[in-house]
Amino acid sequence: MSTRRDAVAAPVREITFAQAVREALAEEMRRDPTVFVMGEDVAEAGTPFKVLSGLVEEFGRERVIDTPISEAGFVGIAVGAAMTGLRPVVDIMFGDFLALAMDQIANQAAKVHYMSGGKLTVPLVIRTTMGALRRSAAQHSQSLHAWVSHIPGLKVALPSTPYDAKGLLKTAIRDPNPVVVFEDKMMYQVRDAVPAEEYTIPFGAADVKRVGRDITLVATSSMVQVALQAAAQLAEEGISAEVVDPRTTVPLDAATIIASVRKTSRAIVIDEGYRSYGVTAEIAALIAEGAFDHLDAPVRRLGAMDVPVPFSPVLEDRTVPTPEQVAAAARELCGVA
Amino acid sequence: MLRIRLFEERVNSLYRSGKMEGLAHLYIGEEAVAVGVCQALREDDYITSTHRGHGHCLAKGASPARMFAELLGRVDGYCRGKGGSMHIADQERGNLGANAIVGGSSGIATGAAFSAQRRGSGQVAVCFFGEGALGQGILYEVMNIAALWRLPVIYVCENNLYTEYTPVRETTAGSMRARPEAFGIPTEEVDGQDVRAVFAAAARAVARARAGEGPSFLLCHTYRFHGHHVGDVNREYYRSKEEEELWRTSRDPLRLLAGWLLETGQARAADFERLEAEIRAEVMAAEQTALAAPFPDPSEVTRHVYA
Ligand SMILES: Cc1ncc(C[n+]2csc(CCOP(=O)(O)OP(=O)(O)O)c2C)c(N)n1
Repeated sequence: MSTRRDAVAAPVREITFAQAVREALAEEMRRDPTVFVMGEDVAEAGTPFKVLSGLVEEFGRERVIDTPISEAGFVGIAVGAAMTGLRPVVDIMFGDFLALAMDQIANQAAKVHYMSGGKLTVPLVIRTTMGALRRSAAQHSQSLHAWVSHIPGLKVALPSTPYDAKGLLKTAIRDPNPVVVFEDKMMYQVRDAVPAEEYTIPFGAADVKRVGRDITLVATSSMVQVALQAAAQLAEEGISAEVVDPRTTVPLDAATIIASVRKTSRAIVIDEGYRSYGVTAEIAALIAEGAFDHLDAPVRRLGAMDVPVPFSPVLEDRTVPTPEQVAAAARELCGVA
Repeated sequence: MLRIRLFEERVNSLYRSGKMEGLAHLYIGEEAVAVGVCQALREDDYITSTHRGHGHCLAKGASPARMFAELLGRVDGYCRGKGGSMHIADQERGNLGANAIVGGSSGIATGAAFSAQRRGSGQVAVCFFGEGALGQGILYEVMNIAALWRLPVIYVCENNLYTEYTPVRETTAGSMRARPEAFGIPTEEVDGQDVRAVFAAAARAVARARAGEGPSFLLCHTYRFHGHHVGDVNREYYRSKEEEELWRTSRDPLRLLAGWLLETGQARAADFERLEAEIRAEVMAAEQTALAAPFPDPSEVTRHVYA
């Protein structure tokens, strides 16, 4: 199931997460003239996070398009453009602003293919951000991927490394369906090995980021690093944790998750969305359905606290799962607490 | 116009006899808007439509049999029975779909115009909507962008005086035309019961769009003869019988056109009788074909969630 970089024999080259996103876009725009980028401050500014810097120099304002501050408007326009022969990649600066475009996403983009009996398709990509810990307060810190994952007709990708960011975005652009890609703002400057040559990552293929024996940590986006740090702590204590990154919540690779839990007999699900009614609940329920007889302990969930994200650093830091919390939960489940 | 009228009379009857389920919003009374506008379009031009969309769909050239089949939930329908009355799309004729969200298709129409401009295809896109959509923010977002980017889109507002059961004076403040004009979008106001006037105004807007001069806004004054939907039969609490009667007798778009054709000697009464018989037969045959068509296989329910 895993499609890790072992398959690619290439000279190692390290780039940032932001560069990986930019490379994916540039390569796809070179490959397919119908691909274009649209959003607020995407052209010369290259977005506030500088993720798209340099694209306008290569592709011009015809294909890297600054829009007014009109999330519903430009997402709606992208839906219409996608239905009529183009492949828009829309940038929504903060995931929180998905709310403004939600009719276009949930009622238009997600429904068109089905309602038309397969006649019309919407090959649209929405790139947006997620994640707290930037002291940005309640309207710029949410991780709303469960919202869109809930709607049939949309696909949802959550890259956790530069390698995944590039491969998943390229797949998203080539997918004939609307795809929402969530990028954690805290990860843009993370560096990692990314091969120079062409590759894509299939949707619905989880990646085992660390192999383990005693407990499975299913983690998404920036929580993968949290889980890996917890796993490193646990290893010193003699607990071997396996870290599984679903990479896409829709489609979700339940098989890899369940196989891992059947092997380890214990599971913790970690995600930065609000804990209630979230991705953790969905994955925990799948594990209960698919591996109940193998479980030695109840499945645990760690998510963002069910509060608007506070500004004050001392408060904000408490809202997001930490490696210490993950490790503590793992010790409890393994009976060594 | 006659095809729309007779098609919808059958829809009304199918619904009332319990053969058709769901919601159907009749366009009867407003036919001149769809026909006048679509007459000014090429087959490959785009339209987006509303919950009251049968007229737009037929005016763009759709087959009554496949429309009936869709309304009856049959697999032979335009959307394999998955769309129903409120979501018919006909891609071969540029109909990007009826939309049950008021104002919801304004982004799609504007995006289709953007795509046409980008591809240099010379196509234009028409966005049909009721005056109720003037209350929705997305319309103003996309009109702003369409004006900035000079997109070949025509916003056609069908002011039939009521949003569901509420008169326009309670839903719409200020001037309707002033709204697009604030974005620098040229507007025209026409008698929506006069198909020739609608056609002439639409042709001007289409010419502007094809010449690269950007969006236009067409305000059409019209009236729906029936209720908001087929089940809306007791209407006196929101509009009077007298008002309805007045529009039916003196402002019927079919009679207005027929009167002009007779007066100018371009047609005789017998021509209309023949035409009506022909189209009635066509519509009846289409209905029978659709009634005989199979329902989708239950396995169809999970098809087309993803492409
Ligand atoms: C966003 C949204 N809100 C409410 C409704 C319910 N609704 C359906 S039709 C309608 C009235 C629409 O009036 P108008 O746009 O004037 O069109 P008309 O029915 O007069 O053709 C309403 C409120 C809806 N479909 N979408």
